[in-house]
Amino acid sequence: MSLIDEKDQVRTEEMLLNVGPQHPSTHGVFRLVVKISGETILDAEPVIGYLHRGTEKLAENLQYTQIIPYTDRLDYLAAMLNNYALCHTVEQALGLEIPERAEYLRVIVMEMNRIASHLLFIGTYLLDLGAMSPFLYVFAEREQIVQMFNEICGARLTYNYMRIGGVKWDAPPGWLDKVRAFVPHMRERLKMYDDLITGNEIFLNRVRGIGKYDTETALAHGMSGINLRCTGLAWDLRRKKPYSLYDRFDFSIPVGQNGDCFDRYYLHLLEMRESLKIIEQALEQIPDSGPVLGKVPKLIRVPAGEYYSGIEGARGELGFYIVSDGKDKPYRLKIRKPSFLNLQLLPQLLRGQNMANLIAILGAVDIVLGEVDA
Amino acid sequence: MQSYWHAYLFVVVFAVLGVLLPVGALWGIGPLLRPNRPTAGKQTTYESGVDPFGDAHVRYNARYYLFALMFVVFDVETLFLYPWAVSLKKLGLFAFAEMVLFLILLVIGWVYAWRKKVLEWN
Amino acid sequence: MWGAWQTQPLTLAHTLAMLVGAVVILLITLGVVTYTILAERKVIGWMQWRIGPNRVGPLGLLQTVADVIKLLIKEDVIPAGADRPLFLLAPIIAFVPSFMVLAVLPFTMHHVFTANLAIGVLYYLGVSAITIHGVMLGGWASNNKYALIGGMRSAAQMLSYEVPLGLTLVGPVLLAGSMNINEIVQAQAKAGMWYVVPQILGFLVFLVAATAELNRTPFDLPEAESELVAGYHVEYTGFRFAFFMLAEYVYVFAMGSLCAALFFGGWSGPLLPGWLWFALKVTAFIFFQFWVRATMPRLRVDQLMTLSWKLLLPLALINLVITAGIKVLLH
Repeated sequence: MSLIDEKDQVRTEEMLLNVGPQHPSTHGVFRLVVKISGETILDAEPVIGYLHRGTEKLAENLQYTQIIPYTDRLDYLAAMLNNYALCHTVEQALGLEIPERAEYLRVIVMEMNRIASHLLFIGTYLLDLGAMSPFLYVFAEREQIVQMFNEICGARLTYNYMRIGGVKWDAPPGWLDKVRAFVPHMRERLKMYDDLITGNEIFLNRVRGIGKYDTETALAHGMSGINLRCTGLAWDLRRKKPYSLYDRFDFSIPVGQNGDCFDRYYLHLLEMRESLKIIEQALEQIPDSGPVLGKVPKLIRVPAGEYYSGIEGARGELGFYIVSDGKDKPYRLKIRKPSFLNLQLLPQLLRGQNMANLIAILGAVDIVLGEVDA
Repeated sequence: MQSYWHAYLFVVVFAVLGVLLPVGALWGIGPLLRPNRPTAGKQTTYESGVDPFGDAHVRYNARYYLFALMFVVFDVETLFLYPWAVSLKKLGLFAFAEMVLFLILLVIGWVYAWRKKVLEWN
Repeated sequence: MWGAWQTQPLTLAHTLAMLVGAVVILLITLGVVTYTILAERKVIGWMQWRIGPNRVGPLGLLQTVADVIKLLIKEDVIPAGADRPLFLLAPIIAFVPSFMVLAVLPFTMHHVFTANLAIGVLYYLGVSAITIHGVMLGGWASNNKYALIGGMRSAAQMLSYEVPLGLTLVGPVLLAGSMNINEIVQAQAKAGMWYVVPQILGFLVFLVAATAELNRTPFDLPEAESELVAGYHVEYTGFRFAFFMLAEYVYVFAMGSLCAALFFGGWSGPLLPGWLWFALKVTAFIFFQFWVRATMPRLRVDQLMTLSWKLLLPLALINLVITAGIKVLLH
């Protein structure tokens, strides 16, 4: 029995505190209303929708190719993956053959984008936890990736690079060599991040054992991606339901053990290593020349029916569900947004934690508000 | 003895100067330089971009005050240690033994606080 | 000798000398703080592969000056719900002690501009503790929830680390047999050994506690930007905010000076003049603070308290008993 437990003698009041939408750690316009007593969180209620643009509704009035730029704006840190997820669903529906070079280019840019996205996660996560430097370091590598994307598709953030049936542009001369040179450089840098961050006792103390949940809870809440794999379940769509060329590559699926924030952080680091492996193999296997856009009808009409395909996005299973009535525009488009689903467990995780853990837990979910609010 | 009082007078000079600087800057030249156009929107408190609800002046959790109590105990202890530290050379072993005894008493209190979980934050 | 007047009867000339001394220290402090802030931004910038400020003036040397002018001509917003008198008072309470502690620091051998106070160390501890009130009042008076939590955290943190800090400072006092900071420096010069050597345990505890007292990374919880936005000074604008920041950086300077004087022999050193030695040692301390800031994440608030009460406090006590024991044995 401690002094502070004698409630009758010391009466204190609870306080409602807003975290967000304009808050440095909510990674965009996310709002959390937390009820705190002292610094202990009694309850937390997420409020979303500040960035809602109605992408799904807008898509109903757009031809399939026209939807691609809208997908760039979902998870804007991994736009290549979004591009691919949509194109892949439509291609599946149409039963299109994709030229091999195009498919390899897609894999390369997707994995590069995954690295860029994970890098930013590590930077912002450490920034949330009070370490400023990693945030600025990761931008060095991200800049290299973004520059390469700029060369291949003319944009640094919203790529609009993929088309139904392939990609818009072939890689410019020398581009693949640049990627080839980037891989070993990135490997070295990953080692540095590992030393700098994973080797820091203060950091470990802040994330180990924090925000734990098990596989069942994660599955019950529809979690996927790293948020699921951190519990020890090796569920990666690149392996479990191979799409594109992923069955041709040799890579492993890192999994966590404890399902805590540390595992979620560390898996990001490990996955970048695997992505580098994939890029390396893709660079070896890619045909030297060939078409990058397959034979696609001028006006794409998806036969009437319902189609779904999901890919392993940077944040989990990213899926597009298309209901078509045979026209050139979808009757209904539904996006399975991994960030949104990964967020579902948050209030439960936060209850009973203190304010400082809020940031550690929220940060490790790795949400992108563009995707959550769509 | 002269230097003794000189030194304190000097401290007073520092104190006066220390007060004059902020007062002069905030009430002296400040109002001449800065605009003053208060609006209701400006004067609300910041709460992550939404209108603040509730009051921040609540009966706040007592956990913080326990640390304040602990602080008083141990800081007063530290105060006793200073004059003792200065004259230990003159007082010798007896003073040392006495202070060790004093510290042991405090350590007992400290262990008690630890066992009562006063030192935990949650 | 420059400081000789301090031991002679008070005359008009002496009083004037005091005023001049205090004003000179004030100006030096403002200059040091201005360039500490710039140096921090530059050094951390380099550590993070950035250039740092380089636009205002040659090499960005006037950046902080521009920042201060900006703060001075910025509108002073006082929240409608704030406790007005306390809100206005808090920055002053925070700043004044930070300047007052400088009064006892021996920048040179003869206390040219500062007081030769017999109870220097104790004075430093006592006066610097007043700042906690300013921080806490600022947090409370703002009527802002972040500020309240930040202020409370600050108070709990500064109180908790004040204890090990005070206990470690007893070490040099014991060794020198004086609370006069200048005499402690002289004792080190006479012994031919910096007190960091016999007081290595005490020094390490001091270093951690000092960093925490200064609210600097990894102990920057009160202003934990990512959690509490800015902590106790969320609602402060313009020059009121500037005084909180000023107090913080004056303390960095003061704590560096205290560290240099008590553990690194202050102004003593071969060849170079005393003030330069002192400046070098303080610079090393400040650089260390920058370095840590560029490297470390932030502790969690409960870990912070645990560290102080369960680790630093017993270590400081052990150090104290050992030091005293050796001292008694030697005589």
